[in-house]
Amino acid sequence: MKNLGTKEASVEGINRRNFLKLLGGGIAVALTYTELNALSKQPGLFPPADDTIAAWIHILENGTVTVYTGKVEVGQNIRTSLSQAVAEELSLPVSSIELIMGDTLLTPYDRGTYGSLTTPAMGPKLRKAASSLREELANMAARQWNVGKQTVEVKNGQVIHTPSGKTVSFGDLTKGQKILLPVNDQVQLTPADKWSTAGTAVAKVNAKSFVSGKHKYVSDMTLPGMVYGKILRPPSYGASLLSADTGNAKISSGVTVVREDNFIGVTAPDPQTAANALARIEARWKTTPQPSRAEIFTYLKTHSENREKGAPEAIRAAWQAAPIQVQQHFEVQYIAHVPLEPRAALAVWENKKLTVWTGTQRPFGVQEELAEIFSIPKNNIRVMMPDTGSAYGGKHSGEAAVEAARLARATGKPVKVLWTREEEFKWAYFRPGGLIEVNAGAGKEGLLTSWEFHNYNSGGAGIEVPYEVAQRHIQYHPSDTPLKQGSYRGLAATANVFSIESVIDDLACQVKQDPLQFRLNNLKDERFKQVLEAAASKFGWKRQKETGRGYGIACAFVKNAYVATCAEVAYNKSNGQLQVLRLVVAFECGAIVNPLHLENQVMGCVLQGLGGALFEAVDFKDGRILNPSLFSYRVPRFGDIPELDILLLNRKDLPSSGAGEAPIVGVAPAIRNAIADVTGVKLHSLPLLPHGMTLKV
Amino acid sequence: MKINVNGTDYTLDVPANTSLLDALRVNLHLTGSKYGCGEGACGACRVLIDGHATPSCITPLASVQDKFVVTIEGLEKEGQLHPVQQAFLDEDAFQCGYCCSGMIISAVALKTKNPRPTRQEIIEAMQGNICRCCVYPRIIKAVSKA
Repeated sequence: MKNLGTKEASVEGINRRNFLKLLGGGIAVALTYTELNALSKQPGLFPPADDTIAAWIHILENGTVTVYTGKVEVGQNIRTSLSQAVAEELSLPVSSIELIMGDTLLTPYDRGTYGSLTTPAMGPKLRKAASSLREELANMAARQWNVGKQTVEVKNGQVIHTPSGKTVSFGDLTKGQKILLPVNDQVQLTPADKWSTAGTAVAKVNAKSFVSGKHKYVSDMTLPGMVYGKILRPPSYGASLLSADTGNAKISSGVTVVREDNFIGVTAPDPQTAANALARIEARWKTTPQPSRAEIFTYLKTHSENREKGAPEAIRAAWQAAPIQVQQHFEVQYIAHVPLEPRAALAVWENKKLTVWTGTQRPFGVQEELAEIFSIPKNNIRVMMPDTGSAYGGKHSGEAAVEAARLARATGKPVKVLWTREEEFKWAYFRPGGLIEVNAGAGKEGLLTSWEFHNYNSGGAGIEVPYEVAQRHIQYHPSDTPLKQGSYRGLAATANVFSIESVIDDLACQVKQDPLQFRLNNLKDERFKQVLEAAASKFGWKRQKETGRGYGIACAFVKNAYVATCAEVAYNKSNGQLQVLRLVVAFECGAIVNPLHLENQVMGCVLQGLGGALFEAVDFKDGRILNPSLFSYRVPRFGDIPELDILLLNRKDLPSSGAGEAPIVGVAPAIRNAIADVTGVKLHSLPLLPHGMTLKV
Repeated sequence: MKINVNGTDYTLDVPANTSLLDALRVNLHLTGSKYGCGEGACGACRVLIDGHATPSCITPLASVQDKFVVTIEGLEKEGQLHPVQQAFLDEDAFQCGYCCSGMIISAVALKTKNPRPTRQEIIEAMQGNICRCCVYPRIIKAVSKA
């Protein structure tokens, strides 16, 4: 890691003026935001200054290639896939490339790592920058040798003059140089069917540090003189502090109690002493009434926007006239991300400048949050994000960073704050719960005629019905949520696709059509049909079912990727026991960058989705979370895993999309439809089986 | 308190209710064992205590004074990864990697007792370990191959 002071970086990040001063000599390609916006034609919501650099690749005089990106690694393996993209265009082995990620001083501004955007957005940018660099290296060598550019090629870290066999390494070419190039928009990218490094199963680049236990997550980091911080929490949401007696907390000379208005924390040289000291604080709280889980869906509907606004008359009329009608509501519970590494931050102040290491999907967002809270300029704050113990959309915020920084400022020492699992359950945020109401109609021949869809609170992602239907009214109604809620892998697409695909199955059932055929008849998009047919064929959809078995299917288009999921369940009529036997998932996200890690992403998504589909639910009453532990909140374990087949459809002719979210959405409806197939029970809540794997008919 | 970790004896001056996990991570700087839940439910903190894969977060330091503790850092011998570590590496049996140490410890305990476990035996032995990224099939494959 480059050891740089913060004074050189501007508020907006590194710009052309300070770029080489910061990085030293060599050659670099830098993509400014002006160029970036011109390339993508999608200006950012808060575009930084035009001169600010958006991404860059730098070759040092010793030939080391360093890529700088504000994206962060949480297990999705973009450290590997982005290295592959650059290695491909520079014709280098992946091992020659180092990625500096998520450091507000060294890496370009980035809004955050979310929304399955790294592969479709950052991948092509870095490829363009690497290709520009490749072209310039070839030009430099051609000039040096006084030969035609067309006679040289870039290969294995050097430039080769093909007729003579003469070579020069990247390092020798760039020695003594201080060159900063703009990206060359005309440069040719290697097409996916010519890829030799991208598109292959490259293993996780820093994997050895994980199997040996040597990787330093934020929770593992230490600084000289560091102390551990603990924060006093209210007993429930909406509670306010009446009084606190901290007199007994100073149980040893190393303990410091920090009180700033209603913020109370302690620090101690070891975490156990900090916990013991915190337990001695006697606080009185005023609680306020809060909605409970028992009434949550009524609450969400009555506290939503536009709840009185109905659908246009034409929709109602089309539904009334439809010979086949389904009217169904769906209830989706709040669930927790449970990242295995809870929130963690290490903060230190030096000369009114703040440095924080924290596990976050938005290091630049946390930098902004800290700047606002401590009223200091952003360029006095450096946030760094080492590869972190997962997030799944649950680490967009900077709570632990703020707490550590507060305690560090008050004590004048470096402070590490590690949230407990209980704090993570109670004081982070959840995937929203939601109520969904659907009225859908079809003709006798099985073609959709009307579609009215209302989602209360869970969100608008994946809300569009992918099927052909003339009359549609689709509305998301934001609501007042009693629990803190936020992003979760796939966002509301899980809730919306669950509802859409359940209704589609119920319509197919009423028209007495095969659910696969019903879908194919109502879809136009060929890519959609391909994933459906691939999954069904691998699954053996048309195969005769054994007695007591049910088949279910579901499909979706989410974040520019297509997924189809088939499920087989077994049902024992005598005792009501259900078992998910098998899942088959077909997934298509354009050209595959790394088949090994794509399979890991799909596998992880699907099996994590099994929890929300079958049994995960946050229980709450009077503003308290009732199951804030891993014994009371169940997540999928080894014993829950059904047989799983994953089919990855590689479309080298299409741009690559992200894969961290889409595969999660098909699991719940496929299982729900399989249960309906074998039992006749049309479940309409997530989780489907909150009380265990039994269903009495 | 006296403790033997990875073959070395240590004497530690810590609060009486200190857990083995805190002693390892804070006092001995062996941070390979992770905190995940604090109640022995997730397996991220598992270490070998006299050969048994045990959650160190709910193990009082005082209870292991006459025992041998092995952590993930103690599996490598002369720069060579343990065969289970190598199998996890070969199979890319993780995503974020945070569960990895505990998974490997559970697998080492299993393979020591039962070098050729069936799929069902692996599932039963590792039921106490959570991979929240859920790449369970890959972990099963790595443990089988190790």
